[in-house]
Amino acid sequence: MQTDLRSAGRRTRMKWLKNGWQLYVLILPAVIYVFLMNYLPLFGVQIAFKDYRPSKGILGSSWAGLKYFRQFINYPNFGLIITNTLRISLYTLLTFPCAVIFALLLNEIQHTGVKKTIQMITYAPHFLSTVVVCSMVLLFLRKDSGVINNLLSLLGMERQEFINVASYFEDIYVWSGVWQNLGWNSIIYISALSSVSPDLVEAARIDGANRMDIIRHINIPCIAPTIIIMLILACGSILSVGFEKTFLLQKSLNLSRSQIISTYTYEVGLKNSQYSYSAAIGLFNTVVNFILLILVNGVARRVSSISIW
Amino acid sequence: MRKYSDTILKIVLVAVMALIVIVTVYPLYFSVIASFSEPSEVVAGRVTFVAKGFTTEAYQNALNQSEIWVGFRNSMIYTLLGTLLSLCLTVPAAYVLSKKQLKGRSVLSWYFVLIMYLSGGLVPTYLIMKNLGLLNKSYSLIVIGSFSVYNMVVCRVYFESSIPEELYESARIDGCSEFGQFFKIALPLSTPIMAVIGLFYASARWNDYFNAMIYLSNSDLFPLQLVLRNILIQNQMAAAAIDPTLDPEAVYALTRRAYLAETMKYSLILISSAPMLILYPFVQKYFVKGMMIGAVKG
Repeated sequence: MQTDLRSAGRRTRMKWLKNGWQLYVLILPAVIYVFLMNYLPLFGVQIAFKDYRPSKGILGSSWAGLKYFRQFINYPNFGLIITNTLRISLYTLLTFPCAVIFALLLNEIQHTGVKKTIQMITYAPHFLSTVVVCSMVLLFLRKDSGVINNLLSLLGMERQEFINVASYFEDIYVWSGVWQNLGWNSIIYISALSSVSPDLVEAARIDGANRMDIIRHINIPCIAPTIIIMLILACGSILSVGFEKTFLLQKSLNLSRSQIISTYTYEVGLKNSQYSYSAAIGLFNTVVNFILLILVNGVARRVSSISIW
Repeated sequence: MRKYSDTILKIVLVAVMALIVIVTVYPLYFSVIASFSEPSEVVAGRVTFVAKGFTTEAYQNALNQSEIWVGFRNSMIYTLLGTLLSLCLTVPAAYVLSKKQLKGRSVLSWYFVLIMYLSGGLVPTYLIMKNLGLLNKSYSLIVIGSFSVYNMVVCRVYFESSIPEELYESARIDGCSEFGQFFKIALPLSTPIMAVIGLFYASARWNDYFNAMIYLSNSDLFPLQLVLRNILIQNQMAAAAIDPTLDPEAVYALTRRAYLAETMKYSLILISSAPMLILYPFVQKYFVKGMMIGAVKG
């Protein structure tokens, strides 16, 4: 009887080994795809250290050492580009609590129908394209016909050509982003809040806690790990302000605030075909981001024992 | 005391939620009323809360542009075939990585996770795509950008947490192969997660202009978003400067054309956003579950 069982167990393990290869077949397409689309470009990063000539190819071009990194650091606008990038991303980071607060408030709504409707409405902008959002921003900020200016003039204020005022650029960029992603970014906290134990809340109510107390002492501690993880991830992309939106909102008059690393990479790389120089800037960006991510992750692990690795 | 504080919270809650809903809806609402209003009223800034002088000219004009139709068709093809390819790559990979007994599982996991943090950057990626022959082809935008590690992780965690191991165990004892377990057990049980990541992939593709701008130069292949960018952001439809020697009637016609180009922008915003805005509410109920498991276990 016992030997029967054991041999049955061995037989299933044999079966597993026999068919194990099928699992590798299933994952193979993704492995190949990622190799071609993501790892080959990583291999191509070497042109940052080379004088890339299209005729000689990636491997055949001669080495140039750190020439292009030096060129970037010595570029007169180097400081400006870094500052612009940091200004926009730190400003974006400051709006990080918006989604948390929104989720906490939404959680207070008892009526499921109302809650679902508000969720549905606030998700909508997330499904608009960057082109659509940026063109709405541009249309609404128009001096003569834009809605914002219409409303301002209704209130008796001066009409302004906001998009051409460089110092407004980051306000426009960041708050249009909050408009687009507030609801979407709150989903993760809403789901974390759904794991708060109703018994705990009930017990606190009996002990005389009000809603504010419950939010502060039960809800927030409960979603704290999620908040920290999202914060680590946000810090890890501090130098990668998105190209797509910035590029569409750029005007010659706001360039002094809107020229950032990614748009500069595009300009020198694909418009002026300085391939090696552009690759060097891109690599600089990736390395700084990666170091920041590791640092912030390390700090978070020390302080709160929560980390993404 | 407790009642008092709860009442304040309630008032704040209602006020904040009302404000958020209004601020979210108004830009879309305005686009609707502007697209149906008389162009001159919109340009003069007189449309704020209701449509003035109802007309559908903006839509007629938009739908008369052949490049809009070409873009719409291209975007449809790219989105449908691209999403299909994405699912074919993502779902099996996620399934395999959810298998705890798999040899080399952690190496494979790192292989995918690493590319979330390390990328070749714009130019090296462009050069490789060029070498792979993916520039300016009808299939460029279907092949490029078909795999998202984030979506794969979301899908993997779904497999790990929603399908009990015993199910596979008993199938294995019945002699079911690994292929069989995937196609006959895992796939039929994964429609909710396929709906979620399918929507993520589809909306990313429908809304993308960046890849099209980088990898395509033949305007017959342009997706809708790139066509829109040329019209909405770069104003390529702007009417020519008005010649003062023309008679008043011609001047009027020309100004009207210029104004109509403005309201047409609002109609294009709505036309291009409609497919995704119609689609997402159907999948909405799965969002919370999908995002939760995906991000917490990252």
